[in-house]
Amino acid sequence: MSENQSDMIGNLTREDLIQLYRNMIETRFFEEMVSSLNIQKGIPETAHLCIGQEAIGVGACYALQKDDYVVPALRDRSIFLSRGVSAAILMAGVLAKVTGPAKGKWPAHHMGDLEKGIMAASLVIGSQFPLAVGAGLAFSQKGTDQVCVCFFGDGASNRGDFHESLNLAAILQLPVIFLCENNFYAIDTPTSKSMLIEDIAVRAESYGIPGMIIDGNDVLAVYHAVDQAAVRARAGEGPTLLECKTYRMRPHTERLQEDRSEEELEYWSGKCPIKRFTEFLYDHDYLDDNLEKKIKIETDGMIEEAVRFAEDSPYPGAEELFEDICADSEYREGWLCMK
Amino acid sequence: MHEMTYREAVQEALIEEMQRDPTVFMLGENLRLRGGVYQVAKGLADQFDESRILDMPISESAFVGAAVGAAILGTRPIVDLMFSDFLPLAMDQIVNHASKMRYMYGGKASVPLVIRAFFGAGTSLGCSHSQSLEAWLIHCPGLKVVMPSTPADVKGLLKASIRDNDPIVFLEHRLLYSLKGDVPEGEYLISLGSADVKREGTDITIVATAYMVHKALDAADILEQQGIDVEIIDPRSLMPLDWDTIFHSIQKTGRLLIAHEACKTGGFGAEIAAIASEKAFGYLDAPVKRVCAPDVPVPFSPPLEQLYIPTKDDIIAAVREMVS
Repeated sequence: MSENQSDMIGNLTREDLIQLYRNMIETRFFEEMVSSLNIQKGIPETAHLCIGQEAIGVGACYALQKDDYVVPALRDRSIFLSRGVSAAILMAGVLAKVTGPAKGKWPAHHMGDLEKGIMAASLVIGSQFPLAVGAGLAFSQKGTDQVCVCFFGDGASNRGDFHESLNLAAILQLPVIFLCENNFYAIDTPTSKSMLIEDIAVRAESYGIPGMIIDGNDVLAVYHAVDQAAVRARAGEGPTLLECKTYRMRPHTERLQEDRSEEELEYWSGKCPIKRFTEFLYDHDYLDDNLEKKIKIETDGMIEEAVRFAEDSPYPGAEELFEDICADSEYREGWLCMK
Repeated sequence: MHEMTYREAVQEALIEEMQRDPTVFMLGENLRLRGGVYQVAKGLADQFDESRILDMPISESAFVGAAVGAAILGTRPIVDLMFSDFLPLAMDQIVNHASKMRYMYGGKASVPLVIRAFFGAGTSLGCSHSQSLEAWLIHCPGLKVVMPSTPADVKGLLKASIRDNDPIVFLEHRLLYSLKGDVPEGEYLISLGSADVKREGTDITIVATAYMVHKALDAADILEQQGIDVEIIDPRSLMPLDWDTIFHSIQKTGRLLIAHEACKTGGFGAEIAAIASEKAFGYLDAPVKRVCAPDVPVPFSPPLEQLYIPTKDDIIAAVREMVS
């Protein structure tokens, strides 16, 4: 892994680079606000913060078309913001308000929004693989050139669904990109205790598909890797496994305490994806003090407005208990009855 | 009307719906060459190409989950799961995904998915190829469960299930595949949640499912000769359940017996008995009884397996105890 930000700008314009920067800042500020609300007042959401991993969701989503789909993993606020879910709706979700995703009935960090190309996943780690294969199957049924990116962590790659799904996507040559965010821990179990291989990407070989290792704290490297895998998928050449090496700077959830070494935390904070990209943008004169300040002030304002909206929103009403369960039915006395 | 087997009725429903709607497709193991283990889909591969009938590797969780994903994005998959004993392999995708997606999207997603599976004992296949697991499924909000007993019902209910916008587990008793009966030609739909009175009677209500419907009908013929007039109700879909039809029958007969092939504890019969005691207690003239399999694994050896399976005689004995 290189210590330095790659300078692969490729087809990206100055505007693109600043948008990537903005998306990472928005994600970081949003997560910091969630953390602070959690400490100050407590929140219904069990926060799985993506601080330290922002480059992956931001870089990957930027490589996608509007009609592509993603299946987020559990630590991917960057994806929701990048795909255009408003901070206000997300924050309402964090507070379990009726204005949030699924009217507050489902945690926002696993939300789905089909109009924005986001598929909901369950809270069961590694169960999202088959859904992503299904998205690829639907594109192939309809003959479109859409792709689906399936995000997951290192721990999920030990699930049977990982094996079954990569194999199934491979034999059907489906347009699915399996994107691993390897942050080296499943809660507090290190990958060294859960697998005997260094790199999850090598598992691709057993399914006859390409596997690539990427510096997951390098937003441009992530962008280009997903871009290339998407080109491949759209050309009908099938799935790719991408392994982004990264690190989470927070515990698994804000409800858990973890004991990791100061040395390790310090090492990775030196590789902070935002810090590295900021330096890169300064070095190449894409960003200066004024623009940085402007983006941060605007983001602060947006997050404050999101909190205000979420706090002012009501909780879901009692009538919501029996809504959105079956299509053509109603509930009487807690019982499913046909209309 | 034309006479056909239960197997042919399933096939007719599949062909009609696949011809009618290009978004309907089938996936499962050994489909294209064989048409599934019981050859229900035999010959369909001649009519539908590999994009409509897909052979799957032995990866039940992946292909059931893939069907969920594909259903959310605008297609109507039909999964042929083979043995219903394979349900546990895909249970995460069924319980945590298929049946919860509408809710997780706040009503903005549908999962129009049918999972077909055959079930039941009687072919000496052992305890992980012979079970009746429907009770697990009705305990999962968001999931519908259908269990037809006749060729006409299986056609009408399968066509309706394929057009339904919710996930459905569609359970076919393997010993019914060769059963013959009259089936309406062409468009024939049966609403989910509509029970059918298979025999009218005044002395006792038997709620029976799948193959047990036929054993109950045989028992009723014998009981009639003994002066007992039996009413038989087939719920046809266990979820949603047409309680009203059962209730009206209990009001008339004052007695309720439930007959299913699954083992007793925590079974569908327990639920019907519980609802009856909550809502029809005042109409009951005798305690509710159940004719079910015992709480043991399904035995392999044929004589033992026959002891396990609830019979017509078990129904007759139970009815005679209740109507004395």
